[in-house]
Amino acid sequence: MLTINLAILLPFLAALFILLFLRRFRRFHIGWFVLIIPAILFALLLRQIPNIANGKTLIHQINWIPSFDINFISYLDGLSLVFGLLITGIGTLVVLYSIYYLSTEQSLVHFYIYLLLFMGSMLGVVFSDHLMVLYVFWELTSISSFLLIAYWYQRKGSRYGAKKALHITVLGGFAMLIGFLMLYVVTGTFSIREIIETIHLYKDHSLMTPMIIFILLGAFTKSAQFPFHIWLPDAMEAPTPISAYLHSATMVKAGIYVVARFTPVFGGEALWFWLVSSIGLLTLFWGSFTAIRQTDLKALLAYSTISQLGLIMTLFGIGSLSLHPDIHVESVLYTQAVFAALFHLVNHSTFKGTLFMVIGIIDYQIGTRDLRRLGGLISFMPISFTIAMIGSFSMAGLPPFNGFLSKEMFFTAILHLKDFDFFSIQTFAGIFPVVAWIASVFTFIYSMMIVFQTFFGPYKEQPGVEAKEASFGMLIPPVTLSALVVLIFFFPNILGDYVIKPAVLSVYPGVTNEMIGSISLWHGFNKELLMTIGIIILGIILYIYRTYFKKVYIAFPRNISFDTLYNNALEFTDRLAKGITNFYMTGYLRHYVMYIFLFFIIVLGGSLYYLGAFTFSLNNDQPVHPFVWMIASTIVIAGMTIFFAKTRLTAILVNGYIGFAIAMLFVLFRAPDLALTQLVVETVTTALFLLCFYFLPEWEKTKVVRKVKMTNIVISISVGTIFTLIALSVKSGKLFRSISAYFENADELAGGKNIVNTILGDFRAFDTMLEVIVLFIAGIGVYTLIKYTNNKGVEKLEDK
Amino acid sequence: MKINEVILQSVSKIVVFIILTLALYLFFAGHNAPGGGFIGGLVLASSFVLMLLAFDIETVKKGIPVDFKLVAASGALIVLLSGLGATILGEPFLSQSFAYFDLPFYGEVELTTVTIFETGVALAVVGVVVTIILSISEDV
Amino acid sequence: METVIIIVAGVLVTVATYLLLSKNLIRVILGTAILTHAVHLLLMAMGGFKGESVPIISDKHTTYVDALPQALILTSIVISFAVTAFFLVLAYQVYKRTNTDDLSKLRGYRHE
Repeated sequence: MLTINLAILLPFLAALFILLFLRRFRRFHIGWFVLIIPAILFALLLRQIPNIANGKTLIHQINWIPSFDINFISYLDGLSLVFGLLITGIGTLVVLYSIYYLSTEQSLVHFYIYLLLFMGSMLGVVFSDHLMVLYVFWELTSISSFLLIAYWYQRKGSRYGAKKALHITVLGGFAMLIGFLMLYVVTGTFSIREIIETIHLYKDHSLMTPMIIFILLGAFTKSAQFPFHIWLPDAMEAPTPISAYLHSATMVKAGIYVVARFTPVFGGEALWFWLVSSIGLLTLFWGSFTAIRQTDLKALLAYSTISQLGLIMTLFGIGSLSLHPDIHVESVLYTQAVFAALFHLVNHSTFKGTLFMVIGIIDYQIGTRDLRRLGGLISFMPISFTIAMIGSFSMAGLPPFNGFLSKEMFFTAILHLKDFDFFSIQTFAGIFPVVAWIASVFTFIYSMMIVFQTFFGPYKEQPGVEAKEASFGMLIPPVTLSALVVLIFFFPNILGDYVIKPAVLSVYPGVTNEMIGSISLWHGFNKELLMTIGIIILGIILYIYRTYFKKVYIAFPRNISFDTLYNNALEFTDRLAKGITNFYMTGYLRHYVMYIFLFFIIVLGGSLYYLGAFTFSLNNDQPVHPFVWMIASTIVIAGMTIFFAKTRLTAILVNGYIGFAIAMLFVLFRAPDLALTQLVVETVTTALFLLCFYFLPEWEKTKVVRKVKMTNIVISISVGTIFTLIALSVKSGKLFRSISAYFENADELAGGKNIVNTILGDFRAFDTMLEVIVLFIAGIGVYTLIKYTNNKGVEKLEDK
Repeated sequence: MKINEVILQSVSKIVVFIILTLALYLFFAGHNAPGGGFIGGLVLASSFVLMLLAFDIETVKKGIPVDFKLVAASGALIVLLSGLGATILGEPFLSQSFAYFDLPFYGEVELTTVTIFETGVALAVVGVVVTIILSISEDV
Repeated sequence: METVIIIVAGVLVTVATYLLLSKNLIRVILGTAILTHAVHLLLMAMGGFKGESVPIISDKHTTYVDALPQALILTSIVISFAVTAFFLVLAYQVYKRTNTDDLSKLRGYRHE
């Protein structure tokens, strides 16, 4: 039986497998292999539905860094199951779609490895119980999204979009990390389950406010909430399967997952409610408003995704109210908001996935996705038209599609907001339905734009393109999804009872199954239905007169936007960093060495002076051997000679002399091994010096500026003095007993009589092993330096 | 510039063997007397240096057709593997052990796993030093 | 004896520092080599020169010179050899490509 931990690991293992074994098969489409992975995982998760629906949860633990209490705990409950099913289910369809979308001529290995990395890390996000593990996977999704957006890295736009997505989401991720750490400081545990159980003890903690803000920053950046939404449209540079998968169905919903996951923790807090619902509402409005302005179909879908994410966010904000301690019993309605949110989450994935795939097909078949150049495709691509219509109408909230149901539930939740009498909500409760209604009108308009501007009107022929229906294989995934769109409308309670309800229960641990109602198709002529009818009427009018309506956008000049802010901020940071770096990275080795020495003088000399640490005594000194006097004085003289050496040869020979003299000192110090080694090494080194020196130029008589020379002399003398003083103090006042006596048992412990060698080979063999490796690396370094040839394999990137 | 190298060449032909013997002696003596893997390796390498000085590279390469990069790499590998050997037996990484055996006629002999470790060290030292010198002199 | 050796090491450090600050590549490399020598002497002096015999166990002696600094220095000698060789080859390659061994002319490119 596969455990959930293995389910997370499986995509990573598959990626490794591709890297190791499949990369050589150029003709084989790796997609067929990759397809197995999400399919297996999907089947595996489907089998868990009855268990989860019965209220069970699955926990598996693998100790990862036990000393820091970081364990790889995977946790499967209703909420993570919904996301898990989305990730694997949509994943399967997207991989199938990509097999037809990408040909084997493209670098498939990269594509599928990144895709699998993403899949694994996304599963990791939703299945982890440990905050730090969740964070690691969270950042991994950002990184794999970065790699996938930049898949066509030859394009300038792809690189820009990838970087932008990475900057914004990683910034948010970092904020979330701070929030998680605060949460740990407050509760003393990293486990989400334990935090949920104990959080009521800490409701008045002073870190509560910053914690909420930081965690929400992470969620908002990832889920492209206003004003962080700007990365999502640029992320559309990615191949369409990726846009469908990461940037509409799964990754952007990670933020929503975090909000849902932390609703039991922060639900009932005024700040949480206001931030989540108002930012969500703002995003809903702004996204739908901006979408109409777009001419690129994918950009339109990007803004529509932003707006739909805002809708889900708003619902979670409203849902968090039901955790308020003074809540009335009849306010089960607010739990319905979360039900609606999760329901819409699934619906959105189905209809938005459909639309992305259709637009991918149009782009693939016609070669453009610019609305101004499309039209009249209905007679050429009838199946695509049908699918597109199902997706768009569902997005617009029309029956008989699943979007209608969740939109009605959204209106219900938002209309009941006025019943809530805390947080001075009643003052603002009127705004929510109005804004939501206007946003829905916009949604209706752009949904119609997708269908009617693309498939109706005069056919605009693209040069060299013959419009025809896509291949059968490419149509399977969107057809499946659009079938789901219709099926969910007619049988909503299968999904609702088995998948959504357990998820709601895991958001509200105290609520019972019976308290959540089921979805019904017909509510009678109530406010919600009237709102929908109003949307349709106003939407149609505005759609017909959209050329006049679009004049509104003149009021929003393009150069005053968050995009400009982002670009300027980036440029400013760039310049600032460059300025600071150029200030101290002067390119002169001398300066760098000087920094080190000045630091040495100031810090070590300073502390020696202020701590009064200098001591000096000759008590423990051994009498000086007469030979030592001789050799030591010659070393000093030789050292001085280097200053005055006229030629390189002199300097090198003097250096060699110092080496040999030290070898002799080693003899006097009773260190035979050292003396031997030093002798041989010095010989070889001198030979090397001479070998290289033969080819280096003669020393020029360089005029050193007097000031520079004086600085050098002052620095070197102070370094030498401080070195000597520290060494003398250390020698004079030994604070600890020497550990050397232990090694004198070498014969019994290591079976050797040469103590030095037993230390090297036995007591401290690890050092020796690493030394051998350093030696080896240096050898390779020398070899490559010499064999290295210029600029091979550097590819020039074209700037499109 | 052509120098008469006859004397150097004839002397080094003999001296190289003396150095090689010394290297082997130092290597095996290392456990109980001055010597060991490092010194053994270095002395061994210096005999190659001497040969390189006395003869030209082609001659030396023909005489010793060994890829010294491989020698260095296998040395590093032996060092790592000798460490891993201990972990298989449940000991900490790089634990060494030793035992005494009685051989007929020869007397008591000590066998120790350090010798394997030291062999790796010596091979790595020889390989690296000769690689460095060979690649410099080849390029020149 | 320790004091004398420390002072010798101090002189060598002074020399090495001066060489490291110079513009000539070979001088800088010589500086690193001499710095290594100085450190070896320092380690030796820190261990002290007590003990009546070389650190090879025998029945004739009871005290030995401190073996730990010796082991450390042995490691250091070999590593410094490798590093010096690397520096030398680096210097040689730099000279071969840029035709100068003057560090003030080797400032590299300003990036973009």
